[in-house]
Parts: sequence; C-alpha cells; structure tokens
Amino acid sequence: MTAQPATSRTPDLLYSEAEEDLRAAVRALLADRADAPTVIAGTESDTPYDAQLWKALAADIGAAGLLVPEKFGGQGAGHREAAVVIEELGRSVAPAPYLTSSVVATETLLALGAEEGPVAELLAGLAAGRKVAVLAVPFSASASGTPVVTAALDGTLGPVADAAAADVFLVPTTDGLYAVAADAPGVAVQPLVPLDLTRPLATVTLSGATGTLLADAGAARAAVDRGLLAGAGLLASEQLGLAEWCLTETVRHTRERHQFNRPIGSFQSLKHRMAQLWLEVVSARAAARNAADALATGSPDTPLAVAVAQAYCSRVAVHAAEECVQLHGGIGMTWEHPAHLYLKRAKADATAFGTAGRHRETVAGLMELPAP
Amino acid sequence: MTAPDAAELRRLTRELLAAHPPASTDRTDFLKARFDAGLAWVHYPAGLGGLDAPRSLQPVVDAELAAADAPDNDPRRIGIGLGMAAPTVLGFGTDEQKQRFLRPLWVGEEVWCQLFSEPGAGSDLAALGTRAVRDGEHWVVDGQKVWTSSAHVARWAILIARTDPDVPKHRGISYFICDMTDPGVEVRPLRQITGEAEFNEVFLTGVRIPDSRRLGPVGEGWKVAQTTLMNERVSIGGSRIPREGGMIGPVSRTWRERPELRTHDLHQRLLTLWVEAEVARLAGERLRQQLVAGQPGPEGSGMKLAFARLNQEISGLEVELLGDEGLLYSDWTMRRPDLVDFTGRDAGYRYLRSKGNSIEGGTSEVLLNIVAERVLGLPSEPRNDKDVAWKDLSR
Ligand SMILES: Cc1cc2nc3c(=O)[nH]c(=O)nc-3n(C[C@H](O)[C@H](O)[C@H](O)COP(=O)(O)OP(=O)(O)OC[C@H]3O[C@@H](n4cnc5c(N)ncnc54)[C@H](O)[C@@H]3O)c2cc1C
Repeated sequence: MTAQPATSRTPDLLYSEAEEDLRAAVRALLADRADAPTVIAGTESDTPYDAQLWKALAADIGAAGLLVPEKFGGQGAGHREAAVVIEELGRSVAPAPYLTSSVVATETLLALGAEEGPVAELLAGLAAGRKVAVLAVPFSASASGTPVVTAALDGTLGPVADAAAADVFLVPTTDGLYAVAADAPGVAVQPLVPLDLTRPLATVTLSGATGTLLADAGAARAAVDRGLLAGAGLLASEQLGLAEWCLTETVRHTRERHQFNRPIGSFQSLKHRMAQLWLEVVSARAAARNAADALATGSPDTPLAVAVAQAYCSRVAVHAAEECVQLHGGIGMTWEHPAHLYLKRAKADATAFGTAGRHRETVAGLMELPAP
Repeated sequence: MTAPDAAELRRLTRELLAAHPPASTDRTDFLKARFDAGLAWVHYPAGLGGLDAPRSLQPVVDAELAAADAPDNDPRRIGIGLGMAAPTVLGFGTDEQKQRFLRPLWVGEEVWCQLFSEPGAGSDLAALGTRAVRDGEHWVVDGQKVWTSSAHVARWAILIARTDPDVPKHRGISYFICDMTDPGVEVRPLRQITGEAEFNEVFLTGVRIPDSRRLGPVGEGWKVAQTTLMNERVSIGGSRIPREGGMIGPVSRTWRERPELRTHDLHQRLLTLWVEAEVARLAGERLRQQLVAGQPGPEGSGMKLAFARLNQEISGLEVELLGDEGLLYSDWTMRRPDLVDFTGRDAGYRYLRSKGNSIEGGTSEVLLNIVAERVLGLPSEPRNDKDVAWKDLSR
C-alpha cells in the first residue's frame, strides 16, 4: 500500500495578475493607514482596532468577502486571493480581525452549506464588512482537537483572538454551533494582556446566554474543523509576509549602518545569515502558496499541505523576526522601532492554530510515519 | 520562420516517433534523429538540435517522448557536457565549433569534463596557475588540475588557463576546449571519501591545443567561465520531483517497514526533515513554474544550498536509524564509476557522498556570498586582489 495521499493535480504556486493587483491595493492602503508609528500608537490606545482601516479593507476593497460566493454578497474569489491580503497584513502587522472573521468564521459558516436562513444572513453581513464574527475557541486550537463549551451556553473560554472586535461569536457546544451576539445578556468579554500587541486577546464568558443554533453537533464539528484548517493554512501566508518584511528591513538597515568603517552588511557573518533567511523565505513562499492553492481547489492534499506549511512557516517567521531584532542591534530592542511588533506577532503565531510540533504529528499520521 | 508553439512541437515529436519507432530503432540512431529534428533542446538554434522555440516548451516534447518510451540521452552520465559545456559552446563558439561539438555531446557519444579547479585555486578559481603559451597556431599548456569528475571517461574538456600573468587575475585567463586523448594529458584517479574514484587529478604537460579550439577572445576566459558557472548552478533544481522523490524517500520507507528501529528522537528529526524536504520540493516546483511562465526569479541560486544541506542531514539520520546495519559499509574497493548514483547505493555511501554536495560546483559558503551580494544587494567585502597583477599575488 502507498502512504502517499493522491495528488490530483500540480498546484499552481505563482501569483496571478489579479492577485498582484489586489496586493497592490491592500499594500497601498496599509502604507497609508497603518504605518509603524500608527500601529504602535494604536497598541497603546483604548481602541486597538482602527474602524476606518477595517472599513476600507473589508468593504471598500472588498477583502472581507473574498471567500464568500456572490450569491451571499461576497466576491466569490478564494483562498489564494485571501492569502495575498493576509501576506500584506503580515507585512504591516496592522490589527485587523481578518484571519479570525473573514477566514476562520467565514469558512466555518460556509462549511455548514446553508442556502438561506441565519447562516446566509450572517455570511452576507461578514462579506460586506458590516459585521465581525469570531469563533469562540482558544487561538491555539487546531483542527485536530477542537474544544467545545459545555452543553448550554455557559463557561469561560480563551484566549480568544480578536474577541474585542467581534459583533458575533460562533460558539461550538455539545449541542451544536450557536451564533451569540457579543452584546447579548450573559456575554462578557474580558481583555487579556497579550504577548502579541497587534492581535488582542480576551476571555469570553457565557453565563446563561442565548443564541441562535446554526447547526447540530456533527455538522458543527466538521465545519469548525474546516474553519480552523483554513485558518492554519492561511496563517502561513501571514508568517510569510511577516518574515519578508523582517528580511527586507534587515537588509536595508545593514546596508546603511556603518561600524568599523564599513557597512555592517558587508561582513560575511551577517551576509550569510541574511542569505540563509532569504532561502527560508523563498521556501516559505512555496509552502504557503501550496496550502492556499490546496484550500482553494479543495484538493485531497489539503490537510497535508496545511500541516507542512504550518510546521515550516512558523519557524521561518520566528527566525526572521529574531534575526531582525539581533541585526538591528540596540535599535532593535527599542519600543519605537517596529521590530518588536514583528517578533511578538511571530512568536504568538507559532502557537496559533497549533504549534509546529502539533502539525508535524499531523504529517506523521497522514504519511504513515508513526511514533515508536 | 516563426518559433513553433506547443501544438507544432507535439506534431513534430509524433512525426519523429513515427519515422523512428523507439522499439525498433537503435538507441543512438534515435537520439541522432531527435537532434536533427530540432527536438533535443528546443530553445537551441535550428540546425543545432533546436528550433528556436521557448525553453519552456521542452516539457511538451519530453512528455510525448516519455509516453512513447523513447530512449533518453542519459543526462546524468553527460551532465557536465549538457549543463555546462553546451551553453558555453553555444554562447561563445564559432559556427565550426558548434557544428563539431554539440551533436555528439547531446547524443552522448562524447563525454565532457571540466578542467577548472586546481590545487591552489578552488573557490578562488580566477587565481589559477595553469599556463597556456602561444606557439604559432597552437597554445602549449602546462599545469595541474584536480577533483576533475569523469576525466577518465571524457573525450573533451572545458579548460581555463592563464595566458597573461602580468595583468590582474581575472583578466589574464583564456578558455579552451581540450582533447583528453592528446599527448601530455595524464589522468590519475583520485580516490575519495567513499573509497571510489569518481574524480581525478589531471596533469597537463606540453599539451598542444590548436587556437581554433579557443572559446572567446584571448584574455576574456573569465567572462566565458562565468557563463559556464552560472549554468552549472541553474541546471540544479529545474526538474520535477515527486513527493519523497529525493533522499527522504529511502529513509521514510525504512521507517515504515522497520518499526523496531524507531526511537522518539529519530522520529522528531525525521518529521522535521520530511517537512523540509517537502518544502524544498515545492520551492523547486515553484522555480520551475516561474521559468515556464517566463519570470525566472533568483530562486535558482538557493536550491543547490537547500538540497546540499538536506541531503547531508537526511543521509546522516538514515545511518543512525539503521543501527547496527549503519555500522557497516557496502564495499571499499577502489572503483572508477561512470556516474554518481545516489539512489542505487546504501545509506553509508549516501552519507559520505553527500558531503560533496556542499563543495562541488561552488561551496555553500560561496553560494551564500552570491545570494547575499547579487540577490539581496548587500555590499561586497573589501578586496585586495583586484588591481594587482596575478604574478604579484601571494600564493
Ligand atoms: C565531488 C566533487 C566533484 C568535483 N568535480 C569537479 C570538476 O569536475 N571540475 C572541477 O574543476 N572541479 C571540481 N570539483 C572541485 C570543486 O569545484 C572545488 O572543490 C570547490 O570549488 C571548492 O574549492 P576548494 O576545494 O579549493 O576549497 P577552498 O576554496 O580552499 O575552500 C575551503 C573552505 O573555505 C571556504 N571558503 C573559501 N573561500 C571562501 C570565501 N570567500 N568565503 C567564505 N568561505 C570561503 C569554502 O567554502 C570551504 O569551506 C569537485 C569537487 C568535489 C567535492
């Protein structure tokens, strides 16, 4: 017997012209509204999210509805396009509930396969950028092993990413999947102090809250797994964008900074580290594109493609951010230089949707390379 | 004539197959016919094995031929000729040289080797000291080359030699085609880490090379060599490999088939390397797609680095996984193989041979320099050999 899952087609690992256009639009917006000083100032304010930025990204550019079919008011595009938006968000580390709402929550709802009713309505709201929905599970949850709240809508969950931005929580319970309005009675959102300042975390406490039942337990389980799989797969693109920013900035800095009467970027010990990082970024791009393409085409290879991308890209992002801080020297340790935002995001991302080790276990299972 | 498109190439390939059915045609005759039909390397000029078609259409031809079970020209055996000598002859050769050398090279009737490295000039190749002195219509060559792969089976060699010691090192070099059967060429096996002799020492004593076998102008051999070296690196990573197609394949199979060998430590290392091998495979595939789409990125320079490290780590893991068996080696007898065959050999051989992957064809350190300077645009290190005549350099 063969341990190789069928690879039905060769994945398309390049970017299309339309994807590059979308990237340009998102990048221009973020350069305008989310430069580093703005992002740093935002993390110190009471309102971690910039509502204007979200509206421009989600509604004006139409990024929120990329995964949503046109019949629900979305763009009817796919994961490849969403991945490009996420790459750019990774590059700017701007706080925006894109991965959580426009990908994970949206994908979970889509997986329920509803044609009308509350699911379709909610999807339309998300696609238009009118609403933000967040799956109420810990940010570390991966598709294998989704936690559920107790039978009734009672209990405390966390840390939930982007809970503070949510209008609606999708709550998996033993009964099924509920939609619960964030401002409904019996719902309390308690902000936590996050390691990653640009992706706020909170606990969500439900005490006798009421919500709309969207799906029974079996359907809910599969849908949540699909949502988390998409989240993990596209997180790789965030890690790619982040790593790329770190490398570009490090190269720029070491070309300009002089010590010992020459640019520090001319020292071979530094050059080799940056060249190594470049190779990792190039590889991360192939892995991230492969995951996005698999999700987009519904390839039977998707679980493996996602696990490989996560197992690889997590480390690359952390490595790039660590090198970025180190090769910037003292500046890299300061609050006003953005390097720390990237390190914090990279390190938090390494736990999000399952650690690299967790994803390697998935690889072991899929490829029949079992533990002793 | 306009360049043929995919449909036209498919038609021409089928025509070739119809006229020379692989099942009933002698291997070499088939390859000659393929060359003459312009289907050898479609991006080469018409008359020289190609049809001036886009390079990206070669897979169309290859797929048709593979489907018909047509013989190939054993690219592993003639890798230096195909990957390095041919593009250099095409780029710098005279019409006569192209006509004389390309067909037997491609068909595999004539094997090539590369007389570049010397005991005193490896990474710093431009420091080479082999001399070529003009004597009428000939050059008289004296010197020693080393680590020359396949010299014992080669008919021809690409050779660089110093023709002017009084100018800085990069400027006094010329590029020649050397006949390995000429008097004065002595090939001595150089036994290597694996026990066999895949490469050689080559002693050149009063070798007379006609000036008609010079490639490019006198003194501009370094520029010609750049073409060779660039092609050497590009030729790696361009082909499509299946999942578990490389070194990770055998070790994964051993893991599946031999549960008694498994340990937790090896499991973690295996999974990490499995993921890295899969990612390297995908990066190679992405590079290939970029080439086909006509947007070659700088990724090519990176793939050799990635595969060198992976091959070494994976084969090292495999020796450990095998436990007592890993303590043994197949055979230390000195042999002179025709080609490097990784997959047909055991783990110990793979482990030892893969150490060369980060040395041959430019060391990993040198490739990192190239990536840093040419891809990332980082400044070069200060140099003290640029404006000094070669003869005044310290050696
Ligand atoms: C299996 C095999 C097959 C080969 N086949 C051929 C062949 O067919 N034809 C041919 O001409 N040659 C061949 N070679 C030779 C090969 O190209 C050289 O060995 C290689 O270029 C390195 O040169 P060197 O051995 O002189 O090492 P050196 O240049 O002496 O290098 C020694 C160490 O110093 C490092 N180093 C050197 N310069 C720098 C620098 N600027 N920055 C950082 N580190 C540096 C190197 O990376 C290496 O680790 C072959 C080698 C091997 C192993």
